[in-house]
Amino acid sequence: MTAELVRGQNHPLPHTQVEIRISAGTPVLAGVLLGDEAGRMLPGADAAAHPGRPRIPGAVCPVAAAAGQRIEVDLAAVPDAAHRVGVLLALPPGGPARFGTVAAPHLAVLDAGGTEAVGFTLTGLDTESAVIAVELYRRQGAWKVRAVGQGYADGLAGLFADHGLDPVAAAALAASAVPAAAEAPPQAVRTLGGTTAGPQGPAAATEPDRGREAPGPVPVSGVPYPGTPGPAPAEPPAAVSYEHPRRARTQPPAPAPQPAPARPGEQPRPVAGDANGWTMEERLHNQVWGMFEDLARVVAAYRSAVAFAEDRMDRELDQALADPRDRLGGGSGAAREAAQARHDDLVLQARAVLDRDLAQLTAEAEVVEPALPAAFAGWDHPLWQDHRLPSEPPMSLRLGDLHLPERPDLRIPMLVRLPLERGLWIDSGRTGSEAAMAMDTDRLRRLALDTAVAHAARLLAVHPAGGFRVHAVDAAGAGAAALEPLRRAGLLAGPPATGAAGVSELLARLTERVDLVQMALGSGAAESLPPHVDTAPQLLIVHDFPHGFDDRAVTRLRYLADEGPAVGVHLLMVADRDEASAYGPLLDPLWKSLLRLSPVPDDHLADPWVGHAWTFEPSLPPAGSAVLEQVLARIAEER
Amino acid sequence: MTVNMTKGQAISLAKADGGTLTAVRMGLGWQAAKRRGLFGSRTREIDLDASAVLFADRQPVDVVFFRHLISEDGSVRHTGDNLVGGVGQGGDDEAILVDLQRVPVHVDQIVFTVNSFTGQTFQEVENAFCRIVDETNGQELARYTLNGGGQYTAQIMAKVHRAGGGWKMTALGDAANGRTFQDLLPAIVPHL
Repeated sequence: MTAELVRGQNHPLPHTQVEIRISAGTPVLAGVLLGDEAGRMLPGADAAAHPGRPRIPGAVCPVAAAAGQRIEVDLAAVPDAAHRVGVLLALPPGGPARFGTVAAPHLAVLDAGGTEAVGFTLTGLDTESAVIAVELYRRQGAWKVRAVGQGYADGLAGLFADHGLDPVAAAALAASAVPAAAEAPPQAVRTLGGTTAGPQGPAAATEPDRGREAPGPVPVSGVPYPGTPGPAPAEPPAAVSYEHPRRARTQPPAPAPQPAPARPGEQPRPVAGDANGWTMEERLHNQVWGMFEDLARVVAAYRSAVAFAEDRMDRELDQALADPRDRLGGGSGAAREAAQARHDDLVLQARAVLDRDLAQLTAEAEVVEPALPAAFAGWDHPLWQDHRLPSEPPMSLRLGDLHLPERPDLRIPMLVRLPLERGLWIDSGRTGSEAAMAMDTDRLRRLALDTAVAHAARLLAVHPAGGFRVHAVDAAGAGAAALEPLRRAGLLAGPPATGAAGVSELLARLTERVDLVQMALGSGAAESLPPHVDTAPQLLIVHDFPHGFDDRAVTRLRYLADEGPAVGVHLLMVADRDEASAYGPLLDPLWKSLLRLSPVPDDHLADPWVGHAWTFEPSLPPAGSAVLEQVLARIAEER
Repeated sequence: MTVNMTKGQAISLAKADGGTLTAVRMGLGWQAAKRRGLFGSRTREIDLDASAVLFADRQPVDVVFFRHLISEDGSVRHTGDNLVGGVGQGGDDEAILVDLQRVPVHVDQIVFTVNSFTGQTFQEVENAFCRIVDETNGQELARYTLNGGGQYTAQIMAKVHRAGGGWKMTALGDAANGRTFQDLLPAIVPHL
């Protein structure tokens, strides 16, 4: 059975003799690159097989560009120092300049017997002209294959440079790989491409995929992300294009991936992106919400059946006891047993149905999780290891996971639409939940602020460079340590506001901005804002509320919570409601207007369909991982 | 092959090939009131509503109607309220989808009803019918025509109930009076 991988997914390789078949809509160069544990290229000329040097120990690659390529790798023969074998594709000069204009290449990894072990379709490429498609890597003595799909807009030189070669050597290596192939007779390329409309013609896109049973390239993991014009092939040169050059998103989207038809008596195997939407992102968002709703309803069905069974048993027991004749004789015992048996039988049936549905949802979660883009993925997803700032903000952001007690390991990502419609409140109070009660106050507070920093980092990382300006209020300076990662990366717009004066000054500034932007938008004169008004979205992290807040500052904060989100000023509060109890009911509207999140698992969120209490667990970087610092450094770098 | 059902008739919802139905649609259609010439918008529209009541052991446990379109467990879904009716040529104006596999195990009967929300009696309604369709392939399994109605404003149409491992459908076709399903509950009970 072939496994179709999605980006980031891996799969074990049982054999060391593998063959990689590539079918692309246009002639491509193919090669192999040997890397060490950190992904850097091994030293020496034998570290890369490419058309200029087709044979290295352990790998043989083709010498010319073609639409169908074959690479043979003998993993037993690669040097011991090589921990990763990257399979690269590149567009030769003279053809299309970027992968965004050609049909998505498909890779199949076959074992020695010629059966396909793994398939991967390289979707979502745009300006890239070279790409690491898949990677074979050592894991605990065995080899695995991972779908990578990392593209480089600056071609092979950029690809080699990213693998630790200095720019000069990378450019030289890239040059040695390309001309040899470019010299190959174009006629040969044509015939290999198997097309009459030229290498770029639409017919090239329908080139049959060799080594696959399914006819035609089926984009199992879906279609490009926003901004890419879809897998539509480039127009033949003579035809006039009536399309708006930059209006890519109004084209009908490529069809959503469909689950393969189920064998009779079996549920169809779920695939990622099996929902409606114009882009893969939207489809995944809708799919996650669909899973959320289904889980809520499936559990509702189970709970109602169990409640009914218990209710019925109680009624029957009452009836049995109501009859005085039975009370003394053996009849009551028999009736009791019968009632219990009826109850158990129904509960057993309900559990069987629940298990069937949960298994299906679990299988879906297993394919959906790895396919999620960074904004929807947890911190432990490999995408975060090499995260780059996107060119446009995502639809929504994952703030944590939700689960129900019936199946605690089935986690539904909690996706919140962006831009945030309401502020976030990380509750540092101990009275909120059992898990919080079990913690001491200081640790809980620190955890709450760490959670806030992680959410802020996520928010910054999924917005384009310079998208957010972050302010912090830390009246007593107690949160300096937790805010340090943000400060060190230079992502705070200024030092955290301390003391009553600092707090008032910062809030006054943000209030003024909200006022002015509101006025300008209301009168349709956004361009006439005074130059000192910063129109970029702002994020205000408030720690230790209400310390340092006078009545005026509290009023301003409430104003920001109400009016800010509509004009791009977002609030991220870390607070214990009990500490602000002196204000009485005055602050109730503030708390109600914020989305309450907990730093520890807590069941305070209800779904919109049946209203179960879901246990929320915040998205936090794995313990001991440096991913947060890495991401913050990357954000600072790209600013 | 569609069956034209008569009052009290029951059919098994097992498929011809021995498989069981997984999803059915209960469709309801009727012809919109004829337009009057001038001030046509004051035509007295006919608003029929389809509802499904889920029973466990003769106790109503959930209901799907125009104000609660999806049962809590998600197995029964109403596609939305139609306030005026259609052309009366056999297309569904309101539909209720039942995912039989996902109906909670304790629910053993689902009763479908039709009410005249605007108060016309079925004498004034033309070409009204209800039918049950196999949702997986669009095939009509049974059809029940409401024509020749009398001075009543509601009908208890049919019920789908568990029988052995599968489901059965029984045409009830009982007249009643009421604006929404709540008014019908006493009239439904004898059919359970």
